[in-house]
Amino acid sequence: MPADIPVASTGTPSGVPARRGIPGSVATIALLLPSYAWLLLAVFLPLCTMFVFSFMNATPMGKTPIVFTLKHYQAFYTQPYLVKIAWDSLLMGFWATLSCAILGFFAALALARATTGRVRETLLILILLPFWTNGLVRVFSWTMVLREGGFLDMLLHSVLPDAGSIGFLYTRPAIVLGLVHGYLPYMILTCYIALVTIDDSILEAAESLGARWWTILGKILVPLALPGLTTGAVLTFVPVIGAFMEPRILGGRVGVTMGTVIEDQFTQAFNWPLGAALSFTMLAVVLAIFATFSGVLRRNSGAAA
Amino acid sequence: MIKTTRRQTLGLMGAGALAASPLSFGASTARAATKITVLNWQGYGTDEKWALEKFKAKTGIEVVHDYFSSEPEMLTKLRTNPGAYDVVLINSARTQQAANEGLIVPVDFAGVPNSANLSPELKDHANLKFGGKTFGVAWVWGITSLAIREGDKKPESYAALADPAFKGKVALFDDAVTGVAIGALLSGQDMNNPSDLKAVGDKLKGFKDNVKLLWSSEDQWNKSFAAKEFDLSVYWSGAAVRSKRNSKLPVEFVVPKEGGIGWLDNLCVPASAPNAKAALDFINYMIDPDFYFEWATKVGAPASASAAAMEKLPADDLNRVIHKQAYLKTMTIQSALPDDRREAFNNLWQEVKASYAG
Repeated sequence: MPADIPVASTGTPSGVPARRGIPGSVATIALLLPSYAWLLLAVFLPLCTMFVFSFMNATPMGKTPIVFTLKHYQAFYTQPYLVKIAWDSLLMGFWATLSCAILGFFAALALARATTGRVRETLLILILLPFWTNGLVRVFSWTMVLREGGFLDMLLHSVLPDAGSIGFLYTRPAIVLGLVHGYLPYMILTCYIALVTIDDSILEAAESLGARWWTILGKILVPLALPGLTTGAVLTFVPVIGAFMEPRILGGRVGVTMGTVIEDQFTQAFNWPLGAALSFTMLAVVLAIFATFSGVLRRNSGAAA
Repeated sequence: MIKTTRRQTLGLMGAGALAASPLSFGASTARAATKITVLNWQGYGTDEKWALEKFKAKTGIEVVHDYFSSEPEMLTKLRTNPGAYDVVLINSARTQQAANEGLIVPVDFAGVPNSANLSPELKDHANLKFGGKTFGVAWVWGITSLAIREGDKKPESYAALADPAFKGKVALFDDAVTGVAIGALLSGQDMNNPSDLKAVGDKLKGFKDNVKLLWSSEDQWNKSFAAKEFDLSVYWSGAAVRSKRNSKLPVEFVVPKEGGIGWLDNLCVPASAPNAKAALDFINYMIDPDFYFEWATKVGAPASASAAAMEKLPADDLNRVIHKQAYLKTMTIQSALPDDRREAFNNLWQEVKASYAG
């Protein structure tokens, strides 16, 4: 799902003129078909399978007779501690997305406004570079930085030898830090695409009319970059809610999230139906959140226009 | 998960397997070319090249292998390929299921003379019995119990996990069955079928202030222990041997008074085995102290079920020091879990973990 958004924003060649006699609509369909067929096969079918699984009493691999049941959807009711875990996961997703949005917006602003040509290209590559290394490696390297007596402490003690430890491995902030590191590039790229299209003359006009930098930021840059921020927030929030690697490695005892609970159902407990039911419940919650916010956003952008 | 990690490690060590020095065998009882097929995890003892060459020189029996990567896969292979296998490795928690389905036959111990050396607690364990008969030859075993930093006071009970002296210095194994087992042993219940799950949960939740992290791989354990993140942990006996021997970590393995959480792997003969006699010869060789000595000292192995084999190891061998014969008396071996009980264990463990996070 996240993959198709940048594709759509770069524009599908639906307006290609049909010079050789092929009708435009046929060309459009022919060009769209492969990606939609692939999405159907790779996203929709597995999702449907999991949806069916979520109503079964046991994982359909073995000798247990399969009976259809709704009991897994009552998990939040019969196991009330799950509600707390879900709430914590949503909060964590909120903090991670907010941090990404603030850091990502300003990084993108610097890239789009203060750099040109080669420097800009190099900086963009440097932002993408962490994406080329394995996520697990990145998370594990954070454990070396954050643990007591890790690099962070070494750095502090080289300045203040008597200071205590500031290592915060195995805490919620450590998880959020790992998640922000992992998903920040999405936010920078989407904000960058939105910011780079803003016409310089608009900003010049604002400046010549005496607008201060915060007015330009609040009245021009943020509203015009809002589509990028929203896309970035969606691309960050959804995977962060389901993340299990970062909480598990950086969270220690507090690293229990919906992601780890669901992963446990698939890998340890071999209870795929419960895992699937929990996933779909979370999906519903996330969609409800987006539905609420998209209404708010649309009203705001409507007022601006 | 435990099994895979353990075996993968063994497999890695086995990759560097070496040719053993030739030992003298008695009169070679070479028979006409017999071939048997063994079904096991890859790199788990039975497929050591040097051992198979020696066995062939001694008996004339050629051994080939087929592998499985999960226990359900092993059962499926037995069910769907009758006549294909002569020896199969089965975890004792699955032996009764296999016997009940008629996949394996009772062992004729007359054909396995080395079985006289097997520790009786393992040889006659209830898990291997079905309908009054023994269906497997106990082969190797291990314990999950406590590991503590050298120099700290050795815990006498699992209650140490809740001792304020270890505040923020405890690591638990992130596994529902192991977690519930510890809670059950601590509340005086049968770990394979605790009647009061709430008491189990309360005991486990009592560790909250002490728990620093939940580990899920041996590598993670070693790194965190080396970084002094915890001093007391639930750990595997075999992994303790490796942490001490290979990573030189100052760790001591302790089995408290409640006893350890044990596992036992046994070798069985399928009901459809084409060469049951040769299969027993091979099993006999697998519990031979000479074979075990080579395997344990040159490649690395879990503890042998054969008391004689363990005694053959040097007195200071870590494998022997950690797997004390006395532990067999107090150890509870994991049994098969029905699906509903497994689900209840998993849900309880999630609840306990949520309480740690809260």
